[in-house]
Amino acid sequence: MVHWSVTNSALPPLDDTAIAAIREDFPILRTRVNGHPLVYLDSGATSQKPNAVLDAEREFTVTRNSAVHRGAHTLAALATEEFEDARETVARFVGVGSDEIVWTSNATEGINLVAYGLSNDSSLRLREGDEIVVTELEHHANLIPWQQLALRTGATLRFIPVDDEGALQLENLDAIITDRAKIVAVSHVSNVLGVVNPIAPIVARAHAVGALVMLDACQSAPHLPLDLRALDVDFAVFSGHKMLAPTGIGVLYGRRALLKELPPFLTGGSMITTVTMDAAAFLPPPQRFEAGTQRVSQVVALAAAVRYLESIGMDRVAEHGSRMSAQLLGGLASIPGVRVLGAKGAQRVGLASFAVEGVHAHDVGQFLDDRGIAIRVGHHCAQPLHRRLGLTSTARASGSVYTTSAEIDLFLDALAGVRPYFGVTA
Amino acid sequence: MSELDGLYQQLILDHSRAPHGKVTLESPTASSHQVNPTCGDEVTLSIENRDGTLVAIGWEGHGCTISQASASLLAQLLEGMPVADAQGYLADFRTAMRSRGEIMLDEDRFGDAIALNGVSRYVARVKCAMLPWVALEHSLDQ
Repeated sequence: MVHWSVTNSALPPLDDTAIAAIREDFPILRTRVNGHPLVYLDSGATSQKPNAVLDAEREFTVTRNSAVHRGAHTLAALATEEFEDARETVARFVGVGSDEIVWTSNATEGINLVAYGLSNDSSLRLREGDEIVVTELEHHANLIPWQQLALRTGATLRFIPVDDEGALQLENLDAIITDRAKIVAVSHVSNVLGVVNPIAPIVARAHAVGALVMLDACQSAPHLPLDLRALDVDFAVFSGHKMLAPTGIGVLYGRRALLKELPPFLTGGSMITTVTMDAAAFLPPPQRFEAGTQRVSQVVALAAAVRYLESIGMDRVAEHGSRMSAQLLGGLASIPGVRVLGAKGAQRVGLASFAVEGVHAHDVGQFLDDRGIAIRVGHHCAQPLHRRLGLTSTARASGSVYTTSAEIDLFLDALAGVRPYFGVTA
Repeated sequence: MSELDGLYQQLILDHSRAPHGKVTLESPTASSHQVNPTCGDEVTLSIENRDGTLVAIGWEGHGCTISQASASLLAQLLEGMPVADAQGYLADFRTAMRSRGEIMLDEDRFGDAIALNGVSRYVARVKCAMLPWVALEHSLDQ
């Protein structure tokens, strides 16, 4: 099993003392739910936000609120500067250029932006005979836009299957990603399994046949050091709200040369140069992809979230995630009747999904909620993966920088009471 | 009784484990397949409507304790009932489930199904309890 070690930081690992200090920054963690202290283990769905983020958004709104890239007044200039500074902050965080970062509402919009761009008129346009490749474990957000792109263009959708444990099967990669492939879409970390997918061989094969790669980094950006240049992907998306920032702000990375070729998805104000009644000329990227009034305060807050994560250190965050994962997996394995999803020994973030034999996930979640413990239940927007694993719905516990080992113990202790409560003994 | 025990009454657990009416009808006159997209729970409920009477109700499906018990209790309660009466039960059941704990099912009419009274306090679970009843509604509309 691969574990991250703290090598690039002078700071010690995130032990319980360090996390206790971090928790002071998150006011919601003092909430009580159903008479119990909140144990928030649904960070994979959306994370909680520290004061640094909440304050940054409020302070911007209270003192500098203005539309960006228009207007000559002082506030407009300050807002524009802060908006573009945030782009640099986020670009540095993932190791790319700021002109390669496009603001979106969320990761879903980023994937749709590329999928629609690839069916609009350009040299990149897909046509009949072309192939799109995804994997069987994708979140619906990284599946349905590609299904729709196939429908619009006549291209064929293919997929890399998973094995019985949910691990990507790469044995037949060369037969699945052929010279007909134009784009390959894969998630960095599965939102169901928490497993870090083997991206390198997929990227290598895609590029060998001239296909582009879209990386869904929603579950990796909050938890791992992310170097998109080193991963050599062509596009990547992630969401602010899963990485301590507000909802309504997402990020699309696109390789500079590709963004220049890609036609716009949403059109309108703020993305044009000259407009006549018949036609419009577009701004260069990234503005070409940012039509309409932008979500400035959310962008400012996302930059604050990135700085907050950087102040902790992403290597420490990753190492903490690795320890959470080990504690979750070990604890879950010791509870009778609990089946943990995902291949054993895989590299993981602090997220685990499981099925409780004889008890529906919804009932598991209800039982835990009664004790103030928040987890996710359902298909986690990944129905094909669940179907492949022979399940309809599962329960998922996912931590973040503010999750303590004591909280995971509380969750595990409570979970051990589920089957007895529902009278399942076999 | 804790609030959670109010939701998961013994009768509910019993019905979900040993459901009533979980059978395939030989000659259904209508059926409806309903899915709860948030959790993937499914129920297909079939009715045999003979001259305005629900002479048989059968269902198949999978899901949480609440949805399974609700389907079981529905079948137990409404089988053999005139359609017009069943529609009244359906309307009253929906009203109670959506009442956030304000309106209780009438024990004289609903019998064992009053065990579902605890559901209406849990807004996220109302859809679970309603799933088979919505399937009944669609079946009656056919």
